Amino acid sequence: MNVSSAVVRARGLVRTHGRGPGRVRAVDEVDLEVPQGQTLAVMGPSGCGKSTLLHLLGGLERPTGGEVWMDGRRIDTLSERALARMRRRSVGFVFQAFHLVEELTAAENVELPALLAGRSRRQARRRASLLLERVGLADRARHLPSRLSGGQRQRVAVARALVNDPLVVFADEPTGNLDTAATLDVLRIFEDLRAAGQTLVIVTHDERVAATADRLISMRDGMFVDDTRLAGTGTGTGTGTGTGTGTGWLGGLGGLIGLEG
Amino acid sequence: MQDAVLAMLAKEPSHGYHLHARLRRVLGPLGESMNRGQIYVTLARLERAGLVVCERADGLPERPERKVYALTPAGQQRVAAWLAEVGWPKPDLAEFHLKLAAAAAARLADPVELVAAQRRELLRHLREAQQAALAEPAGSGAGLLLEGVALRLQADLRWLDACERAWSGADDEVEGG
Repeated sequence: MNVSSAVVRARGLVRTHGRGPGRVRAVDEVDLEVPQGQTLAVMGPSGCGKSTLLHLLGGLERPTGGEVWMDGRRIDTLSERALARMRRRSVGFVFQAFHLVEELTAAENVELPALLAGRSRRQARRRASLLLERVGLADRARHLPSRLSGGQRQRVAVARALVNDPLVVFADEPTGNLDTAATLDVLRIFEDLRAAGQTLVIVTHDERVAATADRLISMRDGMFVDDTRLAGTGTGTGTGTGTGTGTGWLGGLGGLIGLEG
Repeated sequence: MQDAVLAMLAKEPSHGYHLHARLRRVLGPLGESMNRGQIYVTLARLERAGLVVCERADGLPERPERKVYALTPAGQQRVAAWLAEVGWPKPDLAEFHLKLAAAAAARLADPVELVAAQRRELLRHLREAQQAALAEPAGSGAGLLLEGVALRLQADLRWLDACERAWSGADDEVEGG
């Protein structure tokens, strides 16, 4: 394995919850490498450890054992301060419940992490307006979250996750609270991000979200039980994934929609 | 039907009525409409095709119930090919269900592995449907059709999850895989 190309790397990752006989291994000896530009989906039933895994990789939680590396740097041994700085600068998070600041406008929500990372007010504003445009919400920049639909709120959250040009975006059930149309809006944005070479790790129980990834890991009881490459190599060129699989998809689906015997 | 009957014979040579009973047990209420005559017709076709051989039990009058059917080497090959085949789109749940039951009974293949292979295939189809749907402008008719395709695939994938849970519980050896 080419270590230098892995944005996220985990070795022998373990996370236990509780103590004594009731102790459970939420994440159990997991090894993982996510290369630059790959969209990885992690699926599994609730309680399988997929959210915990995401928190460990993103430095929100510390492992009980094993190592986590981000862009060639070990992060599980960092001090709290250094870890917080790494999170601000190198990763973006998208959560199921959006986690927007209700008192701030859409634009201010997006600007906030940029300001916290030390950017100037002007830089933050420019970056936020660019990103809101990118997620199709330029005309909602001055709205409070309470005046936005669930899908719009999640798109603001995606823009916020991107504001510091993260090495990787971690999304925890990003469409869990969304209807089909809003889910497709978010998936379209993820698709654009992938085409632009963004590394993405998505935890989901929605097969339709998982199916848009380059690679799908199935998790049970804290362990990986399947690792399927759906398409592409995740090199970030963005050309192969969208068009390459287009050949003959109708042929494959024809039977289902009744075009074949 | 032919494949399912063949696979049921992979465990051991069987009487027609025994095969019929096994199929009905595996299929439950869905198998109620299956009559014994269908089984014998299928077995006769398989025999003509050289996939099964029929041995008459000693000293008994020639009645179909007294015949014991067994796979020929060609029949065994056909069963192995059927188990390995990842057939989709073919929304035949009963066939896949029988495949898992036959694979487990004859210990020819790990049902959980069959489920995993099928899931990978469905995910690839779902990915194609999703990408095509994403490329459609909002409100397009083709988008609506693709939505239906994606939802059906999603339903099949959820059923495969249920299959996996059931067959993982049924066999502890699965853990090693």
